[in-house]
Amino acid sequence: MNLTLKIWRQKDAKSQGKIVEYPISGIEGDMSFLEMLDVLNEELINKGDEPVVFDHDCREGICGACSLQINGEPHGPDRLVTTCQLHMRMFNDGDTIFIEPFRAKAFPVVKDLMVDRSAFDRIQHAGGYVSVNTSGNTIDANAIPINKEDADDAFNAATCIGCGACVAACKNASAMLFTSAKVSQYALLPQGKVEATERVLAMVNQMDEEGFGNCTNTGACEIECPKGISLENIARMNREYLKASLKG
Amino acid sequence: MSGLIKSSIARKVAMALSGLFLVFFLLQHFTINFTSIFSADTFNDLSHFMGTNPVVQFVLQPVLIFGVIFHFVMGFVLELKNKNARAVKYAKYNGGANASWMSRNMIYSGLVILAFLGLHFYDFWVPEIVYKYVEFAPEDPTRYYGELLHKFESPIRTGLYVISFVFLALHLWHGFASSFQSVGFNNKYSVAATKFAKAFAIVIPVGFIIVALVLHFTH
Repeated sequence: MNLTLKIWRQKDAKSQGKIVEYPISGIEGDMSFLEMLDVLNEELINKGDEPVVFDHDCREGICGACSLQINGEPHGPDRLVTTCQLHMRMFNDGDTIFIEPFRAKAFPVVKDLMVDRSAFDRIQHAGGYVSVNTSGNTIDANAIPINKEDADDAFNAATCIGCGACVAACKNASAMLFTSAKVSQYALLPQGKVEATERVLAMVNQMDEEGFGNCTNTGACEIECPKGISLENIARMNREYLKASLKG
Repeated sequence: MSGLIKSSIARKVAMALSGLFLVFFLLQHFTINFTSIFSADTFNDLSHFMGTNPVVQFVLQPVLIFGVIFHFVMGFVLELKNKNARAVKYAKYNGGANASWMSRNMIYSGLVILAFLGLHFYDFWVPEIVYKYVEFAPEDPTRYYGELLHKFESPIRTGLYVISFVFLALHLWHGFASSFQSVGFNNKYSVAATKFAKAFAIVIPVGFIIVALVLHFTH
């Protein structure tokens, strides 16, 4: 497969970036998108050029490190996969592929395709935890009965890997899906009830402070989320937030 | 409570609630307009009631005007904030792959509706206020139907109204159903609620279009 890659190159956070075109050949359909970029980087290194910087880690869709806006969609045209799981068979010989970093004011570009997603970490630090007293008489979590539907919904919310595709897909660069998943995974469980009020207020406040946009319910985040996190979580967070605001 | 006013969720809920209020107003407005096709007397009676009832005039009307202004001012504020949240645009952005045109262009459908409101106020609301509160003209309970017909004589004005109602349908198609999600309503009844909202988004604007076209072509 022969392709033309149009890749965002940016020297560092302060430099002005631009799209640079790279022709590439010999790409197999069974390669992952990141393997294709590895091939490109080897070529660039052999020519003495700077390789393209991009985030990656586990390469099996569970770590949330890989990102990339591919042809205008986060993680590319496939559904429920991360960029590392995206196969080149999704593209055709002769295609031009735009590869850009996830764009948001709250996700500043570090270099090329790598962005700083520590805003997500700060949202989690603001309230994405439960306090467990370890005084010696802590109840085993498995001994607390939990409604099956709630357990399933909490688990589904907890599958969010924090990759940032929701922000990248949203026309407003809103982080509501991520934040709502992190709020929901605790809000649904008895262990999370204790700090429910403070949690949602602190996490939403941090989300706003980071400069993410407002949710306008386009649903793009849910479609592009590699883990299929549902918009129901956003509705739940809205309810939790209103309840907490009226209480606090 | 202190953080509520400036929080993104509070703004979203305020947008949804003001939108829902305007949806109720639309239904009421449509119901009265629709009677004009069948009975000039009924239309005159209802219009006379709405135009002279003190609760409608001095309580509901100011609330409505506040609701309209709040909704579009908040819409502009949110649009500006949202644009600012992505300073560098994508070279290629495939918005159609994951969201409807209506949901991505609420600001544009809203702007058309706002322009229409300008025309509509110029056509009906301003002359009505001048008639009642500036000229203090004697109340004539039978004048409303004639004024309505007069406005729909012009094919250009009728055409502008029809185009505006198409944009109203596009705006409602996303906005009405979306307001449920904003206020935290997403459960087993959501599918039915969304279907109702989508049906409303078509039926009411199409109804307004029918009224405009019937009045234009039959008189």
